Amino acid sequence: MEKTHILSILVENEAGVLTRVAGLFSARGFNIDSICVAKTLDKNESKMIISISGDTQILEQITKQLNRLINVIKVQELTDEDSVVRQTVLVKVNADETTKSDIVRIKDIFNGRIIDVSRNSYTLEVTGSEKKIESLIDILRPLGIKDIVMTGIVAIQRAKKLN
Amino acid sequence: MNNNVQKNLMAGSKIIIESLIKEGVDTIFGYPGGAVLNIYDELFNYKDKIRHVLVRHEQGATHAADGYARASGKVGVVLVTSGPGATNTVTGIATAYMDSVPLVIFTGQVPTNLIGNDAFQEADTVGITRPCTKHNYLVKDIKDLARTIKEAFYIASTGRPGPVLIDIPKDITSSVYEFDYPEGVELKGYSPTYFGHHMQLSKVVKELLNAKRPLLYIGGGVIISNASPELKELAELIDLPVTSTLMGLGGFPSEHPLFFGMLGMHGTYAANMAISNADFIIAIGARFDDRVTGKVEEFGRNAKFVHIDIDPSSIGKNVKIEIPVVGDVKAVLNSILEMLSTKSEEISSTRHNRLKWLEDINIWKYEHPLSYKMNDIIKPQYVIEKIYELTGGSAIISTEVGQNQMWTAQFYKFNSPRTFLTSGGLGTMGYGFPAAIGAQIACPERMVFDIAGDGSIQMNIQELATAVQYNLPVKVAIINNSFLGMIRQWQELFYEKRYSFSQMNANPDFVKLAEAYGAVGLRATKPDEVEDVIKKALSIKKPVMMDFVVAKEESVYPMVAPGAPITGMLLV
Ligand SMILES: Cc1ncc(C[n+]2csc(CCOP(=O)(O)OP(=O)(O)O)c2C)c(N)n1
Ligand SMILES: [Mg+2]
Repeated sequence: MEKTHILSILVENEAGVLTRVAGLFSARGFNIDSICVAKTLDKNESKMIISISGDTQILEQITKQLNRLINVIKVQELTDEDSVVRQTVLVKVNADETTKSDIVRIKDIFNGRIIDVSRNSYTLEVTGSEKKIESLIDILRPLGIKDIVMTGIVAIQRAKKLN
Repeated sequence: MNNNVQKNLMAGSKIIIESLIKEGVDTIFGYPGGAVLNIYDELFNYKDKIRHVLVRHEQGATHAADGYARASGKVGVVLVTSGPGATNTVTGIATAYMDSVPLVIFTGQVPTNLIGNDAFQEADTVGITRPCTKHNYLVKDIKDLARTIKEAFYIASTGRPGPVLIDIPKDITSSVYEFDYPEGVELKGYSPTYFGHHMQLSKVVKELLNAKRPLLYIGGGVIISNASPELKELAELIDLPVTSTLMGLGGFPSEHPLFFGMLGMHGTYAANMAISNADFIIAIGARFDDRVTGKVEEFGRNAKFVHIDIDPSSIGKNVKIEIPVVGDVKAVLNSILEMLSTKSEEISSTRHNRLKWLEDINIWKYEHPLSYKMNDIIKPQYVIEKIYELTGGSAIISTEVGQNQMWTAQFYKFNSPRTFLTSGGLGTMGYGFPAAIGAQIACPERMVFDIAGDGSIQMNIQELATAVQYNLPVKVAIINNSFLGMIRQWQELFYEKRYSFSQMNANPDFVKLAEAYGAVGLRATKPDEVEDVIKKALSIKKPVMMDFVVAKEESVYPMVAPGAPITGMLLV
């Protein structure tokens, strides 16, 4: 069954770890949708958040093989229900006298910020779920998007609720 | 006060060798080159402690270290130079990786300041070998050298074993640092599970005692974990029939009445029928390779599966497993035996219920035993039977790949572990001869044979010089059918006998070739010469190459067409 999966992978912060992890996916012809890597509180460890769509069973197998890598400390699959998923987008959009106020309104609705301004463009920064980012793009598209950059998604497990 | 002595300062090359000594290494297989000259120079000082075997090709070094490791259970060690030296080891490394053989491979690298510069004899060795090693390292700081070697040996030899490569830039071998070999390793992401989960094990025991038609399907894991005694005890305790993969041969005595031969594509009729009719199958250190399962949906279609394996990623990969047990085969079997020790009543009643099942399998065995037809041309199977007879089944046997390999698996009866060395996973032609050399070095007192094909032997024939240089009495038995026989067989069966480029039209005169190398060459062209040739070879304490000119178009049977259910066997 095809499905999008988010893997949270704790690894040792060493040269080549990213290639080892990515290699397991590419060897099977899987395309990684997004990947974010940064160090954790312990500077010897990094956390990778990989988002990928593909056959659930094959991904289970890849997860086992990830665990087999010497530099991989822990692999966890995060689900929509039990985790918070965020992505940040920087988008440069055409702005003229007639559209500037619209853009500012859109920015407010999406809880974003304007981080750069020129005579004919605004650059927005917005953080949110993948869905939210998609709808932002849909709304801005008619205005003319000059450039867009997205981070990969980051995700964290929700704190356990006490019953 | 002499600071150097107090701090135990050493050049990197010396640190490497001192580390090897700490690991108990006394033999390495290698080939020198620019990037490892410092190490070689240091080796010269250690001639009495470490035996360096100079091969003739780096692939030979890796296979020889592999044969050494499989025959002895120790870690095989390889030392080669950068660039071409390193790339030449890749086939050997991939072979060891597929069959879970513990190796540590040291490759030289260009000096750190030249890495990434397309320097002379530079190759991205760590990049090239990443997918075919259990782990690999590029040592960029001499401070990390000893720790890296410690980790490499630990990783190679524990859990599911495998090859680990250490790439060492030349400047690291000349820089100086304090030698302090670590006592242990600290690897956050690596801690193999050795003991099976208690709850899973009690399920196994319960189901095992209730099963009507149980079967053990064993693989190479039994041999790797030295679990043959436990396996035998378990099988005998409750009369469990046993079948083995290619890699598991020798893990259980082939002549034991509970053994029904190899299963899979060229498995016995009895083994494949047993798998298909069993109601409870315990897979032990096996990995459900496609050459074993045939059409995977039909494999063990009437059975519940237990899978015991140290590698969780092997479990449930191809076949649905009811009871997975992650752990070391030996430890797990010991726990099962312990649990069974309090159940003698259940055991005797279950043994009684098994009689019909064992009878069924024995009937299959007698209906279609392994067989071949003799005539006045030498049959390959006959040569192998004779080698078995004349060595009393006590030789270490390696094979090449192809028909020679399958006939050996079928007709040599392996009765003890670590006596059958073959490239099962990667299927590497050219493996057998250097592996036999490595095995002979590990076990100087044993008879060691490479049962070869005329095609495969030419892939690493240069190692004859190694065998001669070290006066190793290895025997090569070439099953010479003037064909890439296994390819020919597939072309016969599936391509209307269109023998496209599978004929070996210009084989050398193997007898003269052996003599040219300083070895002994012998030939048999008629069935009644076979025995004499083998006897003569056994009497010569030198490398001997035997050329058995056999029937050209003999095929390996039974055979299951690829992708067909394993009950769909083509019989002789
Ligand atoms: C390095 C390598 N190349 C190609 C193959 C494919 N292959 C498998 S068996 C075989 C024929 C081997 O011929 P030979 O050594 O004469 O053995 P025979 O089957 O005749 O006993 C070939 C080419 C292989 N296994 N390994
Ligand atoms: Mg041949």
